[in-house]
Amino acid sequence: MGKKNTAVIGVGQTKYASARGDVSMAGLVREAALRALEMADCTWSDIDAVVLGKAPDFFEGVMMPEIWLADAIGCVGKPVMRVHTAGSVGGSTALVAASLVQGGIHERVLTIGFEKQSESNAMWALSLPSPFTTSINAGAGGYFSPIIRRYMAATEAPELIGCMVALKDRQHALMNPYAHVRDPELTFDKVVESPMLWDPIRFSETCPSSDGACAMVLASESVGDAHAGPVAWVHGSAMRSESGNFGGRNVVSPQASEDCAADVFAQAGITNPRAEIDVAEIYVPFSWYEPMWLESLGFAEPGAGWRMVEEGATTHGRGDLPVNCSGGVLSSNPIGASGMIRFAEVALQVMGQAGDRQVDGAKRGFGHAYGGAAQYYAMWIVGTDKP
Amino acid sequence: MRDVAIVASAQRQERAIPSESEVEFMVPLMQQVKDATGLTQKDIGFTCSGSSDFIAGQAFSFVMTIDGVGPVPAISESHVEMDGAWALYEAWVKLQIGEIDTALIYGYSKSSGGSLRDVLATQMDPYYVAPLWPDAFAIEALAARQMVENRRVSMDQLAEIASRSRRHGADNPHAVRTRQKSAADIMAEAPVASPLRPSDLPASADGGCVVLLAAEDTARSLSDRPAWIRGIDHRTDSHTLGVRDLTRSMSAELAAQKAGVANDKVDFAELHAPFTTSEFVLADALGLGEDTVINPSGGALAAHTMMASGLIRLAEAAARITAGDGDRAVAHAASGPVLQQNLVCVMEGE
Repeated sequence: MGKKNTAVIGVGQTKYASARGDVSMAGLVREAALRALEMADCTWSDIDAVVLGKAPDFFEGVMMPEIWLADAIGCVGKPVMRVHTAGSVGGSTALVAASLVQGGIHERVLTIGFEKQSESNAMWALSLPSPFTTSINAGAGGYFSPIIRRYMAATEAPELIGCMVALKDRQHALMNPYAHVRDPELTFDKVVESPMLWDPIRFSETCPSSDGACAMVLASESVGDAHAGPVAWVHGSAMRSESGNFGGRNVVSPQASEDCAADVFAQAGITNPRAEIDVAEIYVPFSWYEPMWLESLGFAEPGAGWRMVEEGATTHGRGDLPVNCSGGVLSSNPIGASGMIRFAEVALQVMGQAGDRQVDGAKRGFGHAYGGAAQYYAMWIVGTDKP
Repeated sequence: MRDVAIVASAQRQERAIPSESEVEFMVPLMQQVKDATGLTQKDIGFTCSGSSDFIAGQAFSFVMTIDGVGPVPAISESHVEMDGAWALYEAWVKLQIGEIDTALIYGYSKSSGGSLRDVLATQMDPYYVAPLWPDAFAIEALAARQMVENRRVSMDQLAEIASRSRRHGADNPHAVRTRQKSAADIMAEAPVASPLRPSDLPASADGGCVVLLAAEDTARSLSDRPAWIRGIDHRTDSHTLGVRDLTRSMSAELAAQKAGVANDKVDFAELHAPFTTSEFVLADALGLGEDTVINPSGGALAAHTMMASGLIRLAEAAARITAGDGDRAVAHAASGPVLQQNLVCVMEGE
């Protein structure tokens, strides 16, 4: 008993864009799945089970779309599951898929996260009137901006740290052919001058609304060992949730975040995350969440996360802990896939398959996703070496 | 496989629960299960739920319900946009890894606020089929028509299933369709979606179900007679109705085979059959014979709470094992149009 070793043997992503009008939802998920199968050296018939994840069904207007997509995702005659844990869903979906291998149930599991936001209207989907709760109708930015303010006040972080994160992630996106927002002309001044949406969050400090899908093939130890190409081994995996309504919660660094990180680092035998992790993909939909999560996750001392940003510690090619070399959620945000992209990107890094955004010698990567009122967490650590 | 059992459950089903939110009616059920086992949320290794935003009419609706669990301090938790039976499957997998010994599972919905048969049309192909709004009764009627015309089943047999479900439901305090009707009276009902008559249709309800899973000695310490899961598997069919034989269920057959239904005699079966026709197809697919009592609870024809109905089948079967009403049971959950997706679980007493 105990967790069985699990390997990522294939990763597939679609081009992320505000509207992928060239494909149906089925076409979109297949695009990612086929690329993952190709890298994994697999065909559909090698796959034992499929785990699909996405955010609210209202985003496309299809109820429980894994039912309709059964044929497109190659699971006819097989088990299929559909995960939905708010914004963390892409990460949670990968972890549910991993658990099927870790528990010894299956040899090869295909996992897919997707969102095709252009099919519907996310602001409408998020603003449906509910008879028992009052909607703030301000979108996610309206919810998170006061929390960011609180962080800024508590740490006395300089006002423009968020703009530095935004520019960094958008510049990283230029190295990622799949990224949605790729603007070579973007400068620090342009970020600073972009319209203020939810003070202190500017337009250029917020995530886009994207269509896209990400897929991975997860495999057992024997399949991973036999795989001819590079593999990424899972060194730790954890999920945590907490109430978003509890008055006593620390909204800047929720306990679920700290607990989840502590769990996943302990599983990987990591005591000094900053020194022992080579590359991280952290779920940062609003720029300021990079320094906030660096502290909450234990990469920086409390109050010192913004200094890592200022010093360039999280910049590709410059810092000791490159964060979001893919461009992150700030550059591509197909919500249901966003968490899985974080997980998949660090897998690519430790496989040495991250193309122009590769961090030299990356051996251990940290993937992170969060959702709801910063109350749902999914994290994993992958490494080049078998644990 | 590690031995895992259902050790406690609680449910509530009513025609409509108009004045309580989902979290309000789920909290007492969660508490009931915790009280029955003496556990608090802190003792529980993993929590997993199943529900649907489309039925709640709200995105991220499960985010409200998780407050009912009391997730302070933070818990290890997940959610499927599926019937709670699949949440149970996810938890069972977690228990197989061996790092935890208990899991709390729940599924729920409150469909009375809308027209469920129409809401379910949004599960169909969104480009070519859903725009025609084929409701759930009409789609099942296509299968029923085929079954009757091919002489797979007779209208009399379906009426017998409906009548027996009402009879069994009379003994189930959670049943919402309990008025007794003979098969002859059911045959006289006017069809709703021909050939299906009102008694052939699911008895729609609001409510939910909570189940506690435990492994090995923990299960033995929490229940005098745990309902041990001896096999559990789930499979899906193609979505495209035109490529399926709607009078059979390939995925249910396969899941039953993988779960080992035929390894021994089955004392009773709780089948998530929303329609009389679904029960006929399932009994056939699972190879259930005359000696198996089908749906002693009355099944979904006596009370059908979407997103919980499958989990309730598992809970009902387990409760009967625990009570000593039988030694070996099959429980089943379904999802999608015309039983597209099926989960089969074999349980035994010790």
